[in-house]
Amino acid sequence: MELYELGLCDLQDKLNRDEASVQEIMESIFKRIHTVDDKVKAFITLDEENALKKAADLSHKDSRKGTIAGLPFALKDVFCTRGLRTTCASRMLENYVPIYDATAVSRLNAEQGILIGKTNMDEFAMGSSTELSAFFPTRNPWDLERVPGGSSGGCAAAVAAGEVPVALGSDTGGSIRQPAAFCGVVGFKPSYGRVSRWGVVAYTSSMDQAGVIARKVEDCALIMNIIAGRDPLDATSAEVKVPDYTSFLNPDIRGMKIAYPTECFQQGVDEEVKNLILAALKKYEELGAIIEEVSLSHGEYALPAYYIIGPAEASTNLACYDGVRFGLRVEADNILDMYCNSRTAGFGDEVKRRIMLGTHVLSSGYYENYYLKAMKVRRLIKNDFDQVFKNYDLIITPTTPTTAFKLGAELNDTLTLYGNDIFTVPVNMAGLPAISIPCGFSEGLPVGMQIIGQAFDEGRVLKAAYAFEQNTIHHKNKPSLGGEER
Amino acid sequence: MNQDYEVVIGLEVHAELKTNSKIFCSCSTAFGAEPNAQICPGCAGFPGMLPVLNHRVVEIAIMAGLALNCEIAETCRFDRKNYFYPDLPRAYQISQLDLPICQIGYLEIDLDGEKKRIGITRAHLEEDAGKLVHQGNITSSPFSLVDLNRSGMPLLEIVSEPDMRSAQEARAYMEKLRSILLFAGVSNCKMEEGSLRCDANVSVRPRGQKELGIRSEIKNLNSFRALEKAVEYEARRHVEAIEDGEKLIQETRTWDEEKQITLSMRSKEEAEDYRYFPDPNLPPIKINREWVEKIKATLPELPDQAQQRLIEEYGLPTYDAAILTLTPEFLAYFDDCLAHYHDAKTVSNWMMGELSKHLNQNNMEINDCKIQPEALARMLSLIDEGTISGKMAKNVFEEMFASGKEPDLIIKEKGMVQISDASTLLKVIDEIIGANPGVVEDYRNGKEKAFGFFVGQVMKATRGQANPAIVNKLLKDRLKGD
Repeated sequence: MELYELGLCDLQDKLNRDEASVQEIMESIFKRIHTVDDKVKAFITLDEENALKKAADLSHKDSRKGTIAGLPFALKDVFCTRGLRTTCASRMLENYVPIYDATAVSRLNAEQGILIGKTNMDEFAMGSSTELSAFFPTRNPWDLERVPGGSSGGCAAAVAAGEVPVALGSDTGGSIRQPAAFCGVVGFKPSYGRVSRWGVVAYTSSMDQAGVIARKVEDCALIMNIIAGRDPLDATSAEVKVPDYTSFLNPDIRGMKIAYPTECFQQGVDEEVKNLILAALKKYEELGAIIEEVSLSHGEYALPAYYIIGPAEASTNLACYDGVRFGLRVEADNILDMYCNSRTAGFGDEVKRRIMLGTHVLSSGYYENYYLKAMKVRRLIKNDFDQVFKNYDLIITPTTPTTAFKLGAELNDTLTLYGNDIFTVPVNMAGLPAISIPCGFSEGLPVGMQIIGQAFDEGRVLKAAYAFEQNTIHHKNKPSLGGEER
Repeated sequence: MNQDYEVVIGLEVHAELKTNSKIFCSCSTAFGAEPNAQICPGCAGFPGMLPVLNHRVVEIAIMAGLALNCEIAETCRFDRKNYFYPDLPRAYQISQLDLPICQIGYLEIDLDGEKKRIGITRAHLEEDAGKLVHQGNITSSPFSLVDLNRSGMPLLEIVSEPDMRSAQEARAYMEKLRSILLFAGVSNCKMEEGSLRCDANVSVRPRGQKELGIRSEIKNLNSFRALEKAVEYEARRHVEAIEDGEKLIQETRTWDEEKQITLSMRSKEEAEDYRYFPDPNLPPIKINREWVEKIKATLPELPDQAQQRLIEEYGLPTYDAAILTLTPEFLAYFDDCLAHYHDAKTVSNWMMGELSKHLNQNNMEINDCKIQPEALARMLSLIDEGTISGKMAKNVFEEMFASGKEPDLIIKEKGMVQISDASTLLKVIDEIIGANPGVVEDYRNGKEKAFGFFVGQVMKATRGQANPAIVNKLLKDRLKGD
């Protein structure tokens, strides 16, 4: 196996056993990127020179003190990086270079991880296909005519294509889990408040959460150990103690109680997806888990409520892009025209759509009927989950109703596009941790299974995911992109 | 104003809270720094930045609330107030809408000896915006520069009930509010630096009418005087409009200091929809009662208590007590004087008289005064001891105010010691009597005025140093004749 094909923990072993050097790892990674990224288009910005310099600095074992010393990672371009442009895949921030690192990034840097580049996404994390990047669409490594999902599509595609072993993404309504499912990799969204949002460009502040995309569950646990935990710079980051997540990497799940909601098998879910989830549930039963059907009756209201709360917050979160202090400015004779010109030129259609939607639902006379009502729905959805978790450890659903769709297929069908998030959105509304792991293939395309846990019970989610992974071979499949030296 | 009408006034006052750092970041709040020297990506609204509440701000707001007899909320919350303006970096101001930190309080104002209670509807926390800098004025300037030093300064917006009925009451409320905030130590209240700002809601109605008239909100009131003048102007404008059969509209107006008039800014129809909603970045704040009690226990003496003390302990008139408690520094000066001098009324007279006059003339605060309270007390003792006369004291005071020298030194340097020795004075008196037999005659024939002539002559001859009481006595004796 080539170094670029290995996971983070595997690379760590190689380094520890002196079977590879940090430079060799970096060279392998960048060689892979230069071979396949013309096709995949996962990266907006590469930081090769810096990465190679850091690799040289960490070439000696003595200099490697951090837990991921010398290991490569990528970031969705929503994480602010000091001195490295952070675009959110928007014309608005095309040339924006932050003077600060996001807390999650500082923590990875402190453990001597090596940032290799910033990955593509839907503009300002609004979208489910990464086609809404202002720069270019990213393609699914399993089928280049298909989307990688989104909004963290660049992360998922890069990880699936062997361009990087792990990447940090952000997930507001499924933006880590859905692309992970579409690209056949692992996508982990922690509980709201588990990972600091400081320095992560905001979309929907009450739901945004940073997380990990990797090829293996153990790599998620390793990264979570670094990025999770209270940050005094984020008032919503939780004071809950962080366990050693790698201690949950034990496939013995006998007696674990897993629920699956009836609703997930009713509405417009692809037959093959259903079958693969049912097969996975059977697998869990074989491994000693107890599987039962439950109802999450308010799930059907989750999407409408999400598309009120999300845009409402976004409409004000994105108000700071006014051309005054940073980002794109299109000059005009007066301040109002300067605002209008800058925002018209800087934002894409979907971003504008959500800003208008959000502005509307917060307006006087509409606030009570839209925003407030949506917040009530959110409470009901959370209650649904609380009810189930009284009796169960975990909930399993498909991550998405279908496999990856073709580029352009849903671009003009906003509602179908929004429908992709049906299983992932309720999790964000309740602030729960969830993971998507590969559970098989449908017509050559990966299918993802979502495992949802109680708030701050990330450990159990990782444990169940690990058990499945260790007892199946789905994750071992790799897309064929050409250029492989096998 | 036309007596058939009654003016109704409510005030919205923004007080900048006295903290070292801003409300949602750790930038300094010091006044007067170079533009944009006290900003960070947070208070400049950069992508990915998050607000974190400064705990001290909450503490100070609770302190202010208690000083204003408010109820302190058990849970309060921050909301976003959305509007675009170049001095507002996030394009929303973090404020409090539904759940303010303080509600339902009051303060008392003094109107010619009558107390009147003015209700306080609420007091809520919010962040200040930055400011725009122009070349010349805003309309002719070729550019607008943005200075964000002020962005994120902690403000407490204190909203009164529409309980005031005259410009004088509005001013009295504002002055009282200022002294309470100063005594509580929660704000510097410097109107000229903008750390205390005021908007006035003004309407008029025919006397006896219950419902309120159409109101104007007047902005840009940068002094007590501006407040008083603007309210007077606006009330008059409303009455005239009504009398002329014009239709008033609800609007926001600005005070033009130069022209001494109010000008329309925007009508209610043009008012923005601020689209308030809870800020998801800031969890609601729980304020437990123990904390409130703890803060209550540290509340310093407030103006009302201090006034009462001055009246009860020293028997001062209400008027004196009110003036002495305008600022905590002024009161402290008084208290310090009394530590070295026995008569409160004399101290009060000097402070309200000479001292205030000199401070005002020089545009100074009591803290800038070179005369230490102990020195003023010493000067008063020197009068009592007869070393100097009250008249001489005014000259000594002037010199003390200018140089900060001790009164004894000034008297010595200028040879200003009072002459109380009878034999010395008699010599002078006898000389003057001898030289003015005609005037002596007048006096003895009942022309009382002539007495003043002799006093004046003695004073002149002694360069004002003669002890007037003794001069009076000796003169009377000598002029009796016999």
